[in-house]
Amino acid sequence: MTVILNQSFTGISIGAVLLLIALGLTLTFGQMGVINMAHGEFIMAGAYTTYVLQKSISSAGISLLVALPLAFLVAGAMGALLEWLLIRRLYTRPLDTLLVTWGVSLMLQQLARDVFGAPNVQTHAPDLLTGNMSVAGVTLANNRLFILGLALLCALTLTLILRLTPLGRRIRAVVQNRDLAEVSGIATERVDRTTFFIGSGLAGVAGVALTLVGPIGPTMGTNYIVDAFLVVVVGGVAQLKGSVITAFALGVLQSVLEYSTTVSVAKVIVLVAIVAFLQWRPQGLYTLRTRSLV
Amino acid sequence: MLEINSVQAGYDRTTVLHDVTVSVPEDGVAAVLGHNGAGKSTLLRVAMGLLKPKSGTILLNGEDITSLAPNQRVARGMAYVPQGQQSFPHLTTAENLQLVADGRPDGSKAMVEALDLFPVLRELSSRRAGLLSGGQRQQLAIARALITRPRLLLLDEPTEGIQPSVVAEIEETILALSRRGGLSVLLVEQHVGFAMRAGQQYYVLEAGRVTSSGAGGVGSEQTVRAALSV
Repeated sequence: MTVILNQSFTGISIGAVLLLIALGLTLTFGQMGVINMAHGEFIMAGAYTTYVLQKSISSAGISLLVALPLAFLVAGAMGALLEWLLIRRLYTRPLDTLLVTWGVSLMLQQLARDVFGAPNVQTHAPDLLTGNMSVAGVTLANNRLFILGLALLCALTLTLILRLTPLGRRIRAVVQNRDLAEVSGIATERVDRTTFFIGSGLAGVAGVALTLVGPIGPTMGTNYIVDAFLVVVVGGVAQLKGSVITAFALGVLQSVLEYSTTVSVAKVIVLVAIVAFLQWRPQGLYTLRTRSLV
Repeated sequence: MLEINSVQAGYDRTTVLHDVTVSVPEDGVAAVLGHNGAGKSTLLRVAMGLLKPKSGTILLNGEDITSLAPNQRVARGMAYVPQGQQSFPHLTTAENLQLVADGRPDGSKAMVEALDLFPVLRELSSRRAGLLSGGQRQQLAIARALITRPRLLLLDEPTEGIQPSVVAEIEETILALSRRGGLSVLLVEQHVGFAMRAGQQYYVLEAGRVTSSGAGGVGSEQTVRAALSV
């Protein structure tokens, strides 16, 4: 029983990381339909923001707390700049968007190598997050619990913004019918930029969280980008709850399979399961039904 | 109020409108009639800024708005109800209206007034717009346009594909709004009777050209029918 609970917690913590890295994509890819291959580099920017802050703030706890909003702003600004410079000209050309953003991701990786060097760097986690706690015989790593809480907080905040605020209504309206939004008085270009800012900013927050579980390097984003896209596609694009459920389901599946096989075999089985699932349900886990096509 | 002068417009290399001139009188209704493919909807898309004309100008109260974006035209008092009962299908009825009311000083009041015009929308406020009937969606579309408190309303076939009882309600609302004053309307309509009852001015479009125009009113109905049957 303890083994099952331990593996379940490991799965949930993997799911929390998946959710955090995929949240930004639920906006930029799920809502706007932009295949942004540089999303992983916004994760990297968030991680390096944490690293730079730790050099100037000695307290690891304070630097982590400052890093969360600052990484959101840094990665968000990078995303808004990318949208303004390139992506807004390519909204009707998804394949070009993919190629262009892939090029941008390579440039950003090289920039990180030039500034911080090619080897990976490390940050120090606050003392509070370095230990473990034991609940009913299950060992819970504090850093994993922190990431779980952060992922759920970000998902909840994003849900509330999309559902209850004027900005959320505008974002959803522009996604559903751009022309109608424009003739309803909404400045759609500004909404696009804001959406991209928030989506990219969330990648920055994910970057901060990832410094607690691994090293920081120029290619760290590429390690996560495929998983992030998988979560959004399987969850059903334009559906945040689909991404939440998928992230945790994939995390637990991965963890259970890793226990009974190996890491590589588990990864292969998860990917095969995803392919089979998408054959059966290409639209993903959740879709929205309407009475007509409009 | 609105002057569309010598406009030529189309899609890619295809020209749909050829040297079209249409004007909407202050506090009046101009009706544009024509068969399918005549260019009526394209004319409204050009007027609203969704399609840039290849040549010609569009003046709103004397101001050249040809190069303005649609949302800038809305800020200057224009509103548009496109063809096909369009809505934001995954937003609720209330959200469809609130979206437009957001950020407007009198948005809440305008929303209440719009709901008073179409009370059925109040009962459906929590239902997603994509689940409404065609008639309900058209009422929602008109209500959404009215929340911006427009001085000029562009209506693209507001009664198309809607059951007769709802058509009568929509027609009555549009006629009442135009009679109330303070609102000019550019109405694209295939239903000649309604168009001529509403319009003080009419234009017949054929293959992207204005082939007939004149004073509206029920008395002109036969003239328009004759022009349309050519």
